[in-house]
Amino acid sequence: MIRVILPAHLRTLGRAGSEVTLEVKEATIGGLLDALEESYPTLKGAVRDHVTLQRRPFVRYFACEQDLSHEPPDFPLPGQVISGSEPFLIVGAIAGGCF
Amino acid sequence: MSKVRILVGTRKGAFVLTSDGKREKWDVSGPHFAGWEIYHLKGSPADPDRVYASQSSGWFGQQIQRSKDGGVTWEPVGNKFVYDGVPGTHQWYDGTPHPWEFKRVWHLEPSLSDPDKVYAGVEDAALFESADGGQNWQELSGLRGHGTGPHWSPGAGGMCLHTIVIDPSNPQRMYIAISAAGAFRTDDAGKSWRPINHGLHSQHIPDPDAEVGHCVHRIAMHHSRPGTLFMQKHWDVMRSDNAGDSWREVSGNLPTDFGFVIDVHAHEPETVYVVPIKSDSEHFPLDGKLSVYRSRSGGNEWEALTKGLPQKDCYVNVLRDAMAVDSLDKCGVYFGTTGGQVYASADSGDSWAPIVHDLPAVLSVEVQTLS
Repeated sequence: MIRVILPAHLRTLGRAGSEVTLEVKEATIGGLLDALEESYPTLKGAVRDHVTLQRRPFVRYFACEQDLSHEPPDFPLPGQVISGSEPFLIVGAIAGGCF
Repeated sequence: MSKVRILVGTRKGAFVLTSDGKREKWDVSGPHFAGWEIYHLKGSPADPDRVYASQSSGWFGQQIQRSKDGGVTWEPVGNKFVYDGVPGTHQWYDGTPHPWEFKRVWHLEPSLSDPDKVYAGVEDAALFESADGGQNWQELSGLRGHGTGPHWSPGAGGMCLHTIVIDPSNPQRMYIAISAAGAFRTDDAGKSWRPINHGLHSQHIPDPDAEVGHCVHRIAMHHSRPGTLFMQKHWDVMRSDNAGDSWREVSGNLPTDFGFVIDVHAHEPETVYVVPIKSDSEHFPLDGKLSVYRSRSGGNEWEALTKGLPQKDCYVNVLRDAMAVDSLDKCGVYFGTTGGQVYASADSGDSWAPIVHDLPAVLSVEVQTLS
């Protein structure tokens, strides 16, 4: 099982805990997001665009102390994420604030 | 016993304020969707417990929430807003073509008769419709496709479709307004549209009398006179008595005719409210004195309503969706400020009192009168 840690707003939106576990058919970033959206349909459109499937600009993907945000959807997940020893983190970027 | 429910959208969540018909003591519920921008909430006239909310975030995009119990509990519904066909381009700030890109929902307008039917006005400007309670959304693309779309350009707040007014006497007729394109009308339930900006005069565009390009801030209608419309434009308060075919200015003796909100008394179709704002570069009340202005003659002659409103050191703004009226007798009038106050008048504007002082900046105020 793959472990995914969600930011606070997505936990509320998805009615999920801070860490969710997923069965992932394809061990890639795109495959993980497919599985996340299948398990938590209300997160569709919140992490990546509905149509283009591009990551939303202020969302980041971290794992094993690496920034995987700019990797393509078919990028393989790290072995430690696949084994469940390390989580995959979906993070709201530090993007400043005007309010 | 009548009851009033106020739906307040803010920069950091939604709040629901309720009172009995006396409108003296208020219960405050919220924040709902804490931390998210709530541009607008609105209840269905056909089922007041059905409430829709537009929830958005710079991080996580657009969500639509729906309540079946008057805003006590909520469920997320559909958030897929995809432009019909090839989106095309509109003008960017520098005059170059810019692809249409969905950003957020500014305004939700439930059908007058069907709780499952709701319209959404979005940025970049377009109108969407849902017939299944917000689960699925389809663009009414005749609006963007009627011909002037490539010439629309964003105002300072983005190119948003922020006003949707449904004609209660003719379900085929609807009005919308876009900043900064102008006002448009459909007479066939959204299939086709035409600009209705004749009589508007805007100095910020090369041809001040152009067919499109006007920065309309808000349109209001009284249900008993659906052919009469009142408009707060960027500058100028306007009136039409022929369903928008032509407009005339009714700013009259207003101290400044810049502003965002405009609304009509629930029982007096010639009584109109605005909140004058100093200018387009200084978005706060004149001289730091917050004043609602009321005309009982359908415009031109305005009186300041200041009792209970701060008359010094007040530098808030009142945004376009942040005024509403109830239908009790006397008519209640409500507005919210960017300083987080929601003011209420239970006597048609003669006197005011804050319901809440310290909410996040208020983006929208809607009122439901419940029996």
